[in-house]
Amino acid sequence: MKPFTYSRAASLDESRTATTVAGAALLAGGTSLLDLAKCGVTEPEQVVDITRLDGLDTIQASSEGARFGALARMSRVAAHADVLANFPAVAQSLSLAASAQLRNMATLGGNLMQRTRCGYFRDPRAFPNCNKRNPGSGCAALGGVTRNHAVLGTSEACIASYPGDLATVLVAFDAVVHLGERAVPADDFFLLPGDTPDVEHPIQPGEVITAISIPGSAAAKRSTYLKVRDRQSYEFAAASAAVGLELEADGRTIRDLRVALGGVASKPWRSRAVEAELIGKSLTEEAVCAASWRAVDGAVPHGDNAYKIELAPRVVARAILSLGGLA
Amino acid sequence: MVTPHPNHKPPEHGIHLMTDTIKLDINGKAFTLAAEPRVTLLDALREHLGLTGTKKGCDQGQCGACTVHLDGERVLACLTLAAQAEGKAVTTIEGLAGEDGTLHAVQAAFLEHDAFQCGYCTPGQIMSAVACIREGHAGSDAEIREYMSGNLCRCGAYPHIVAAVRQAAEAVR
Ligand SMILES: Cc1cc2nc3c(=O)[nH]c(=O)nc-3n(C[C@H](O)[C@H](O)[C@H](O)COP(=O)(O)OP(=O)(O)OC[C@H]3O[C@@H](n4cnc5c(N)ncnc54)[C@H](O)[C@@H]3O)c2cc1C
Ligand code: SF4
Repeated sequence: MKPFTYSRAASLDESRTATTVAGAALLAGGTSLLDLAKCGVTEPEQVVDITRLDGLDTIQASSEGARFGALARMSRVAAHADVLANFPAVAQSLSLAASAQLRNMATLGGNLMQRTRCGYFRDPRAFPNCNKRNPGSGCAALGGVTRNHAVLGTSEACIASYPGDLATVLVAFDAVVHLGERAVPADDFFLLPGDTPDVEHPIQPGEVITAISIPGSAAAKRSTYLKVRDRQSYEFAAASAAVGLELEADGRTIRDLRVALGGVASKPWRSRAVEAELIGKSLTEEAVCAASWRAVDGAVPHGDNAYKIELAPRVVARAILSLGGLA
Repeated sequence: MVTPHPNHKPPEHGIHLMTDTIKLDINGKAFTLAAEPRVTLLDALREHLGLTGTKKGCDQGQCGACTVHLDGERVLACLTLAAQAEGKAVTTIEGLAGEDGTLHAVQAAFLEHDAFQCGYCTPGQIMSAVACIREGHAGSDAEIREYMSGNLCRCGAYPHIVAAVRQAAEAVR
């Protein structure tokens, strides 16, 4: 790591000011920032520790909705009884992420801001050309090892996937990211790469994430997060699905369905086509399996990652069927 | 304005003389060290304080060899700045045994079950296991495997590690 100064923000305003200073970086759990500083992907000159700010680590959840402070730690939210009862997919996405040690350190605000695990992005010395790191330099991943790259939402400039688990659940349940006064729907908080893969969020200098909120719903209460990966634990998703299901009083007809995909797209990927296909229909294995293929509408393979186009719909189908008691 | 840390001295004309005084509480003892702000807790322990029981494996948060406790919770020392640990109680493998040298139940179980080969990952495994049991995540072999997955063992001593954690969890209970 290049040398940097270290200071502790004494107030939220100080942390806001820090984001307007060139070369300054906010430090929360540090599990992403220090990792990327060690890789040489980011070279902060000033590190501003925000973890000692008061009142930003609150965790509230009920059937009405949830609100998590930006500094709430992953392990705390994952184990919170009210989160488990009202937003099981949120708790599962957190407890299936990273490791127990990392979850004790990492905050929800930092979690949303984590960067892609694209191996070319993470290795600047070996691969100078990366449009995300160095706009206009090209994309070293094209034609390379692409097993973990995205099949949805990519552009000619960048095919990196967004690796986070929590954000996949947030977009499924219409969560909102609070930047102080300004509130941004979770889906809009993540930008498609297009011609500017270096711009990942609409967050502006002077803004910090203060909280995340999620409206309550029957689908959020009956929800699950299914994560499929190369090893059973401590691994990013090869494909994952956040799903919520609400049935009519007949116990068969789908009244509400939420579906979002992780690990396969350039951003957390809401799959409204699958939802629309199934809402109003009877919950049967046949209908679910057929509709789940809509999850990869428009998918484009890039060599090694073609398997994700086969895998993602199966993950979606299994998640829906397990919620419905059919798998 | 961002207020510098009270101990922070600004860099002098491009020369990075950013030595801070960092105060750490490690295994119940107070330490003061002069180190740059970029020094991780892992390097502070090993290189500055001579506490080499905590191991450096990947240095990128992927292997768990550097697991220590911060205020009783397991964290990775390689992704924690020493400065972040100020004001918190750090416990390392050196602080686990009793004053008289009596091994902690988890240490004893690792010996009994031969839960290692080369031993490099062992301090991290043990620190992680102590926390895993304290958290209540050692209820079954499957749960132990899941909640110990942040500690890699390249010798593949996993079956013995699970057996040791299971026995220690029962002993503690
Ligand atoms: C080995 C390993 C495995 C992992 N596996 C998974 C996994 O399976 N699934 C998964 O989802 N994640 C995984 N992660 C990523 C991990 O979840 C993130 O590193 C973590 O959540 C980041 O949170 P933090 O508080 O440590 O962020 P930091 O590292 O402190 O910050 C990350 C970034 O966010 C910025 N930031 C932090 N807080 C705020 C705020 N309030 N407002 C604005 N900007 C802010 C920082 O400036 C920095 O740029 C893994 C990480 C590692 C190292
Ligand atoms: S896929 Fe994106 S992040 Fe990876 S090398 Fe190409 S431009 Fe960089």
